Amino acid sequence: MTALTIKLKASPEDHRIARMAALAIGLTLMEAALPSPLPGVKPGLANIVTLLVLKQHGMRTAAWVSALRVVVGSLLLGSFLTPGFFLSAAGAIASLAVLWLAQHLPEQLFGAVSLSVLAAFAHIAGQMAIVYFWLIPTAGVLYLTPVFAAAALVFGLVNGLVAAHLLATPVPATISREETA
Amino acid sequence: MKYHHLLRPGDWAVLAAGGVIVAGLAFTFWFGAPGQHLVIRHGGQLFLETSLNHPRTIDVPGPLGTTRVEIANHRARVVSDPGPRQICVHQGWLSRAGQAAICLPNQVSVEIAGRVKSYDSLNY
Repeated sequence: MTALTIKLKASPEDHRIARMAALAIGLTLMEAALPSPLPGVKPGLANIVTLLVLKQHGMRTAAWVSALRVVVGSLLLGSFLTPGFFLSAAGAIASLAVLWLAQHLPEQLFGAVSLSVLAAFAHIAGQMAIVYFWLIPTAGVLYLTPVFAAAALVFGLVNGLVAAHLLATPVPATISREETA
Repeated sequence: MKYHHLLRPGDWAVLAAGGVIVAGLAFTFWFGAPGQHLVIRHGGQLFLETSLNHPRTIDVPGPLGTTRVEIANHRARVVSDPGPRQICVHQGWLSRAGQAAICLPNQVSVEIAGRVKSYDSLNY
């Protein structure tokens, strides 16, 4: 009787996705520990990772990293399939959709900050859509949209600056370094 | 640490657009909600259109004297009126779109305007 081993072949891209997703999940977990004045107002540090991956490896990898971050992050936080999970999934899908469109903007004019701010606004728009049309369908939640939008603007700017800084750094920041061994 | 070199011209435009969106949302949801406008007419003419968000007292001149209108807590009322029967004063506080107090002798009407009117017209 021979032992049957199923061997899955992981391509370099799989490794890259796993590494970046792990980074994004780590940031998500760290962020969950931060106190927030208003539920939903979070820096969204994991979006920095999504931006870096998008800029360096393209949309497909960024979508994988984002999806893994949402699913695994919620599993680790114990919020899988709770409203919070659907909120973060809706935000991630909306911001990926906007990034997919925005990546075609001319790069000389629009840097990482543009992408980050646009993604942050899309993120909050997707979440508000879920809140308003599904979770809390009253006009009251709409009174909070200016606060959420302001937070999206500020955190979008900060995350974008961090991403732009990392992209501009001559030494590739952990990310793009492939296993050359 | 300088951050300017990280921002490209389009980034500034995106940030400005974001600021406009935030201001627009704040204006729409904080200052323009339904039933938030007060319309004061006298002699059939528009005298004043104002927000219910800011407490104030307005004196409206009429043929008999001064009708005093008060705005407080997103509501409005006629505080005093020179008319003989004081109907508009007894109307009390108005808070919903479509509600009105009419001081006929002094030709002053106070009405709350909003996106949706509760009724088209009223007959007394």
